[in-house]
Amino acid sequence: MNTDMKRRVFLKGSLAAGTVGVAVGAGLLTPQAVMAAWPKAAFEAKSMEDALSAAMGSGQTDSSDDIKIKAPDIAENGAVVPVSVETGMSGVESIAILATGNASPLVATFVMGAGGLPDVSTRIKMGKTADVVAVVKSGGKLYANRKSVKVTIGGCGG
Amino acid sequence: MAKKSIKIRAKIKGDVTTVKALMNHPMETGLRKDKKTNKPIPAHFIQEVVAQAGGNTVMTANWSGGISKNPYLAFSFSGGNKGDEVTISWTDNQGGSDSGTAKIK
Repeated sequence: MNTDMKRRVFLKGSLAAGTVGVAVGAGLLTPQAVMAAWPKAAFEAKSMEDALSAAMGSGQTDSSDDIKIKAPDIAENGAVVPVSVETGMSGVESIAILATGNASPLVATFVMGAGGLPDVSTRIKMGKTADVVAVVKSGGKLYANRKSVKVTIGGCGG
Repeated sequence: MAKKSIKIRAKIKGDVTTVKALMNHPMETGLRKDKKTNKPIPAHFIQEVVAQAGGNTVMTANWSGGISKNPYLAFSFSGGNKGDEVTISWTDNQGGSDSGTAKIK
């Protein structure tokens, strides 16, 4: 790619809300700087407590019914299980989604930024029938709820 | 550079903007084996997703290969305005990245 294209992409990029993401997209910021923040230990942990300790600073959670998990009772395809997590709690800093039957239970964390609301949805892979656990960090404490999802065909392609 | 791989829709109702995004990505865990060669397919998945609006980062997500292929993401935030731009950028474990933008409708 010649410098002209890079300049155009940079200028185009700088018009949008200037941030790390845009800079990376324009090839100006090496991914190393961003990837340094990826919590490797948390995503490679084999137990839920270890994963939560690494990702959210504590392995202890209090159960809470104010965390609503939407996920199918039976997932036909374990490779694509839609999960939504929402809570009415205030002061939510982050939300984590774990699948207890996966080799590495932590699948995703979402950190609420400026104006970010505690309402996230995505699709996850589940290796087998297990619980989907949603953990919410609020006021420095962790709260959790869980929902059992039956998986008919495992989603890790193994 | 990387071709556009993100579809975004952002709608505002009252003070809440809901964003839905669909990203194109293989999200390989690194645990699968190529059935023909029996060699492991290397891990290749989006690790970080950053969402910005109105000059602020409204949400950051960290993912593992446990997120499904062609990831779907939905989230909401307050304080947005119709016409504002929402930008979603991702970086993956192999140094790849992309970003997309949509206006709040």
